[in-house]
Amino acid sequence: MSAVSAAPDIVYAAPRQRHPVIAFLRHQPLGAAGLVVIVLMILAAVLAKWVAPYDPLTVDYGGILARPSWQHWLGTDNFGRDVLSRIIYGAQTALSVGFLASILGSTLGALIGVASAYFGGRIDMLVQRLMDVLLSFPIIVLALAVAAILGKNVVLGVDVNLVLAIGLPMVPKVARVVRASALAVREMPYIDAARTAGFSHARIIFRHIVPNVTAPYLIMLTAFVGQAILLEASLSFLGLGATEPTPAWGLMLSGSAIDFYQQAPWMIVFPGLAISLAVFAFNLFGDSLRDWLDPKLKI
Amino acid sequence: MLRYILQRVALMIPTLIGVALLVFLMLRAMPGDITDVMFRGEGGGVPEELIVAERQRLGLDQPIWVQFGKWFWGLLQGNLGVSMWTGQPVAYEIAIRLELSLQVAVMATLLAVLLAIPLGTLSALYKDRWIDQAIRVFSIAGLAVPSFWLGMIIILLLLTLFAWHPPLTFTRFTTDPVANLSQLVWPALAVGYRYSAVATRMMRSTILEVLQEDYIRTARAKGVFERLVIVRHALRNALLPVVTVIGLEFAFVIGGLVVTEQVFNLNGIGKLFVEAVTRGDNTLVQGLVLLVATTFILINFAIDLMYAWLDPRIRYR
Amino acid sequence: MKATYLLAAAAFALAAYPAHAQTPKRGGELKFAVSAEPPNYDCHANTSFAFVHPVRPHYNTLLKFDAPNYPKIVGDLAASWSVSSDGLSYTFKLHDGVKFHDGSSFSSADVKATYDRIRDPQGGARSVRKAAYADIASIETPDRLTVVVKLKKANASMLANFASPWDCIYSAAKLKDDPKFPERNILGTGPFTFVQHAAGSHWIGKRYDGYFVKGQPYLDGYRAIFIRGAPMVNALSAGEVMVEFRGQSPADRDRIVGTLKDQAAVMESPWQCSLVVSFNTKKKPFDDQRIRKALSLAIDRWAGAEALQKIALVRHVGGVLRPGDALAISPQELEKLPGFSRNINASRAEARKLLKEAGAENLAFKLTNRNVAMPYTPVGVFLVDQWRQIGLNVQHEQLDTKLYLAAQQRDNPTYDAALDFNCDFMDEPNLQLIKYISADRSPINYAGYTDRKLDELYDRQSGELDRGKRIAVLREFERHVLEQAYIIPTIWWHRIIVANKKLRDWEITPSHYLNQDLADVWLDQ
Repeated sequence: MSAVSAAPDIVYAAPRQRHPVIAFLRHQPLGAAGLVVIVLMILAAVLAKWVAPYDPLTVDYGGILARPSWQHWLGTDNFGRDVLSRIIYGAQTALSVGFLASILGSTLGALIGVASAYFGGRIDMLVQRLMDVLLSFPIIVLALAVAAILGKNVVLGVDVNLVLAIGLPMVPKVARVVRASALAVREMPYIDAARTAGFSHARIIFRHIVPNVTAPYLIMLTAFVGQAILLEASLSFLGLGATEPTPAWGLMLSGSAIDFYQQAPWMIVFPGLAISLAVFAFNLFGDSLRDWLDPKLKI
Repeated sequence: MLRYILQRVALMIPTLIGVALLVFLMLRAMPGDITDVMFRGEGGGVPEELIVAERQRLGLDQPIWVQFGKWFWGLLQGNLGVSMWTGQPVAYEIAIRLELSLQVAVMATLLAVLLAIPLGTLSALYKDRWIDQAIRVFSIAGLAVPSFWLGMIIILLLLTLFAWHPPLTFTRFTTDPVANLSQLVWPALAVGYRYSAVATRMMRSTILEVLQEDYIRTARAKGVFERLVIVRHALRNALLPVVTVIGLEFAFVIGGLVVTEQVFNLNGIGKLFVEAVTRGDNTLVQGLVLLVATTFILINFAIDLMYAWLDPRIRYR
Repeated sequence: MKATYLLAAAAFALAAYPAHAQTPKRGGELKFAVSAEPPNYDCHANTSFAFVHPVRPHYNTLLKFDAPNYPKIVGDLAASWSVSSDGLSYTFKLHDGVKFHDGSSFSSADVKATYDRIRDPQGGARSVRKAAYADIASIETPDRLTVVVKLKKANASMLANFASPWDCIYSAAKLKDDPKFPERNILGTGPFTFVQHAAGSHWIGKRYDGYFVKGQPYLDGYRAIFIRGAPMVNALSAGEVMVEFRGQSPADRDRIVGTLKDQAAVMESPWQCSLVVSFNTKKKPFDDQRIRKALSLAIDRWAGAEALQKIALVRHVGGVLRPGDALAISPQELEKLPGFSRNINASRAEARKLLKEAGAENLAFKLTNRNVAMPYTPVGVFLVDQWRQIGLNVQHEQLDTKLYLAAQQRDNPTYDAALDFNCDFMDEPNLQLIKYISADRSPINYAGYTDRKLDELYDRQSGELDRGKRIAVLREFERHVLEQAYIIPTIWWHRIIVANKKLRDWEITPSHYLNQDLADVWLDQ
């Protein structure tokens, strides 16, 4: 019964009394839980220098494969490096790549989607074909190719090309969804009015269309952070993302890590959990945000 | 309808050409080529003239547009070219591995459907109750756990608990179903979990949407037994979008086997792809990308046709 | 570490295998793993162990290395041989009654056709090792079972070259019809016939009943499974495959022994493979000898070998020749050379001084490494850490094999410093030293320098048939290499094979290319 009475469009209908963040947290307990994990991870990444018990790069051949203890909560790896510290520093890699790739991919996608919908006609046609081409490339293939072609280009500790490799495949997906939303807005009478009033394209796009596609944009942005983290881990696992000795979760699982599973299962259990938890938190949050903002959006 | 079909087919062609051009240019933009891997990958002093001759034989010394022209001309005649590594036709290299990958993909799809339809429906019917929360956690976790890690854990558990390892080589299902399944069930599980998560989420949101539709309200108002309402109306109408997602994901699974086949050492097209990329076997990579892209486009096309068939408005848009 | 390596390894092998103590049993299929796959079937055109392991059992060579007594050379298709005192003429007497798998008879003409193809391939055939046979003037076949090879000049490594695992003897008749015949077809005289190659999956061989060595082979057949990385170690642990013949890391070994328990037999040997750091001397500041030498001095090879042998398949500290080889430098002498001192603090102080002199105290550069877990990653991480300890900022760049090789082109090297490798099928200075001679003479020198002194010393040792004199020249070569530090040895590999105990009479050697015809291997079951 409640399934029906809690009609999602009431969200738009009723004016909200409380602060929206508090309302979100109350109505979406799962999303709130996700948010808490995300905030904790961001804090860990930013404060890594102070939070991490050890330097993640310091090699200690005397203390390799140490089991979890008070000195090393999550044990050490095959170079005697502290696993906990590497996971904490690994959050820097995961989050920076995750956020940057997602922001890049979603924003570029949204811009293309809006422009394509607004101008329509031949431009729309051309852009759509281009998006089709990108969309029909399997994501991992595209990412692999971009990563291999561009190599590594580290700026301020972030591999720019990795961000590009992960962000690019998201563009067509966002462009599609945003274009659909924008098309609906384009037919509205007030856009016609704005056009007749002689407003510039930029003004119409940014003042009237963009606000209407913000919801799908934000939803996809959050949803893609999780996917970007997962893709970064997969690429690093395949050896195309981060490289040793950079602390990165996918990398911690790659290569010969699995060979130590009997002597040092912590080497493969904890990084895997870290990836899962991070992606889980972002998905939980993104999912709830969608339920909250626009439950009909299909991504 | 025919007009619509023709229109859509006409649109597929430029997309495929675009894919062909893009993958071709991408591969040539990478430094190094297959002769390095073939002759220098293991050390040993291979004479320079041999490498030069080999590049000539493979046509790598020609201008890029000539190379593209030759390959594209072959494509038009339905010839994917020859693998630079083995010298065998690309179509053959793919064909001998496709069966395995397709089977894993189909098994993962079955798993996804079997899980998604009941779970998604339940989740929607009990929205915001504990059962919904539990199913959402389960399905979101499916999206979060890296399938390569899940695969690793599955294999290690089998190895530690039962001292058993899945068979190493592929046996046809028709030859020996037990050997076949005991090799392929595990990767299908690892891939299918993620896949079912996507489908469950789609099922949930569609059912929620359908439950809002007028005819369901009417049916309810008329007092029809609730279960019947759901089964008769909601489920039937929700299936279309779910089939859509399953179709699209199927294409992604084919591409996504790249990582899983590594973990399970499956001789499928995913492993072939990684090997082709690392060896610099450009013709093979091109063939594989075209195959995956074509699958994706055709599935898309089929789905669109289905929609157009059911909803005439689309045809005239 | 001071123990003689070869002896230690031999003792190990002996403990695991009472060599030839039992009468071989017939029967059974040997399932083994191969961690890569050959592109085609031509021995003369391939370079990878992944070729040797599945393909070598189909063929014979003229001579071969006697695995239990490596580096002793014995006959394979040759029943006996003699070398003239001036070293210019080699006479081989062949076994009679040898037949190819298609039933045709083997004779001296097949040997001549094979070596002519290796020396000077015609009709589109490829030969990757033709340089090693450049000193051959002519090959004659006075009768059906005699081959005479005449050299232009003496060559200290010539006999060993005839034992090369790559010189599969092909049928002259088939080569005459189609010089590229071996690329797609298998036709040898070896102990096993070809059954099937399922691309990407496996390779099957079956016992050749007409094999010329009576009673051999003992196996009914073999099945090579193409599998690598963690899945391969999983399969070995589960007993799904009995052995992998390239080598496992110490962690792999412990993992496999952990599950196989007393079913596992561990064999270890020093390995004819080394990792070297190559500096791009065409690029500043690596044209400066002081900087290169400082970077070499900063590496604590002894402590590194001690630590890395626990996690990687490297163990031995040596110069340009494999430690343990009869021609190699002794550890006592080695310790006096730059970069090999036991007193690392003194070396590092000297390194800092040299860097200061060169004005490069805050040198930052990239170490280009291959994206292969064993042993490249651990040694790369080790080196970066070593250089960090003298205050240098080194970025570790791990690339896919193709990109890694592309960065180390001979014409246009783009790297700063690279972790390069050198693997040969036998201990032979003529092979190992090619890495270090001038770039215009060496196809595998990616450091881009020209040093005619090294070239001259190389030629001198190659033509020197007197062992003592050859060693003296080799020591001079080694000292010069380490002082100039264009390319510096780091740590030599250590080969570990974990086999199922049922596998009998397979002997480990320092090369993963050798002893793979499987003729005398048998299964105890």
